[in-house]
Amino acid sequence: MTNLTELNLNQALSGLKAGNFTSTELTQSYLKSIEAQNTSLNAYLVVTADKALEMAKASDARRASGNVGALEGIPLGIKDLFCTKGVRTTAASKILGDFAPEYESTVTSQLWRDGAVMLGKLNLDEFAMGSSNETSAFGSVVNPWKRKSSKVPLTPGGSSGGSAAAVAAHMCLGATATDTGGSIRQPAAFTGTVGIKPTYGRCSRYGIVAFASSLDQAGPIARNVTDSAILLQSMMGHDPKDSTSLNVAVPDLVAAMAKGVKGMRIGIPKEYRVDGMPAEIEKLWQQGIAWLKDAGAEIVDISLPHTKYALPAYYIVAPAEASSNLARYDGMRFGARVEGVDLTDTYEKTRAQGFGEEVKRRILIGTYVLSAGYYDAYYLRAQKVRARILEDFTNAWGKCDAILTPTAPSAAFGLGEKSDDPIKMYLNDVFTVTANLAGLPAISIPAALDVDGLPLGLQIIGKAMDEETIYSVAAVMEQAANFSTRPA
Amino acid sequence: MSVDDATVRKITKLARIEIQDSKVAKMANELNGILNWIEMLNEVDVDGVEPMASAVAISLPTRDDEITDGYIQASVIKNAPKADSGFFVVPKSVE
Repeated sequence: MTNLTELNLNQALSGLKAGNFTSTELTQSYLKSIEAQNTSLNAYLVVTADKALEMAKASDARRASGNVGALEGIPLGIKDLFCTKGVRTTAASKILGDFAPEYESTVTSQLWRDGAVMLGKLNLDEFAMGSSNETSAFGSVVNPWKRKSSKVPLTPGGSSGGSAAAVAAHMCLGATATDTGGSIRQPAAFTGTVGIKPTYGRCSRYGIVAFASSLDQAGPIARNVTDSAILLQSMMGHDPKDSTSLNVAVPDLVAAMAKGVKGMRIGIPKEYRVDGMPAEIEKLWQQGIAWLKDAGAEIVDISLPHTKYALPAYYIVAPAEASSNLARYDGMRFGARVEGVDLTDTYEKTRAQGFGEEVKRRILIGTYVLSAGYYDAYYLRAQKVRARILEDFTNAWGKCDAILTPTAPSAAFGLGEKSDDPIKMYLNDVFTVTANLAGLPAISIPAALDVDGLPLGLQIIGKAMDEETIYSVAAVMEQAANFSTRPA
Repeated sequence: MSVDDATVRKITKLARIEIQDSKVAKMANELNGILNWIEMLNEVDVDGVEPMASAVAISLPTRDDEITDGYIQASVIKNAPKADSGFFVVPKSVE
């Protein structure tokens, strides 16, 4: 039998259905793949082998009795920002100590409801704050891709770097991820995988460790567009436990993939060109435009004039929300505690030793912009700029049905290359962060390789609630790009 | 607006994060770098713009004021750094 990890999610579902193999066999293949690669890639923080085999066995029993879910028997990796009952959940921070939640996140519970199997918990930037996975308290994830010219270890991107690396290296059939400023799409672009952030409110935030609540959204990272559609359909849906969860029907995304783009208007925003962007990325963008034109779409030039203000606005809104959300880590009710001489000293020592440098920086920025005398100048102003950014998109939708842009301004960079300059690191999210501020759905799909043999991604941004159009466009682009290269 | 050492001490106190004296100047420097970059927002005309607090225009749902969950004391204190007889044990907080 061929190695089962060669099959993608959709093929694995067919194989399980045909009885060619069992979920137990499939799960064992993935556990072997993890064992062989995780020491070098550091994608998994915890491998739940016993639980995985138990869940696979239960899935095989369900299948035998004719009770088959949409993800029946499919082994997945879970970003360690999702609470998983009884399984240590760290958010890649020391401050959570040995925290093992007594409850399950809504998104993961829906995956198990549909028959999926959990392989383990995936590494990330601490509290999802980072674009390279280097802020993890448990060491960086290494990208399975390498430059043709050198063996320098590269970042898989962040914050969902473990999810992206595990999918790219076939250490799972798909993974959960979260995206606050680009944390699903940028790692997908850096690893040749497909990552989507749906409309804000599509996936419940219940049981996901909070970073910036008005921006955080869950989504899958997958090997291809079909797998991505299957996973996202299972993850979405209304949840009364999240007050911002949208009470709307879940669309049929796989069906949307067959619709094509004939007559569709695709917007090309002139502001999505930045200084120092490699010519290859501009070329790739033009290639994407040509693919869509060939498939019958109409290409429209649009303007999103406030694009350059999105990142600075984000670096007020996100730290402000983070400083509030992370106030709960005080060493009293859960997580690690560092004893001091009194209560305040205990708080201060617990938080000083529990949080990493980037997390502290963001908490302090947030504390500052929310503090008396500065609130109007920073926080209120950023919220108004955010309204301007949304207005840009609303105006654009008068002219187009979806927007095509590059996902990131570069290919994967070397670990350590940008870690000494926070702003340089933040600029990674220049093309992705606008969708978070405006609450819009956006996907990244692998489109080509650069001169060094590294994957590059293109992003499709859709109207709020219109994931279907995104999948129609993504399916056409995927077919045209025919991206099939694997990391060496 | 620029952050000096005294401001760093004030906000680290507000955020309850201990900072070593030797690290104050470096943190001030890093925060100023970020805040100077953010100053760019002053170029944007925001006259008459309503601040946007939520990504989606929905009104928050309400529910009946009734107990739907509870009697899970053991679960609530399961992850406590210190607990005794069903209570969290914390440093003395009231004189």
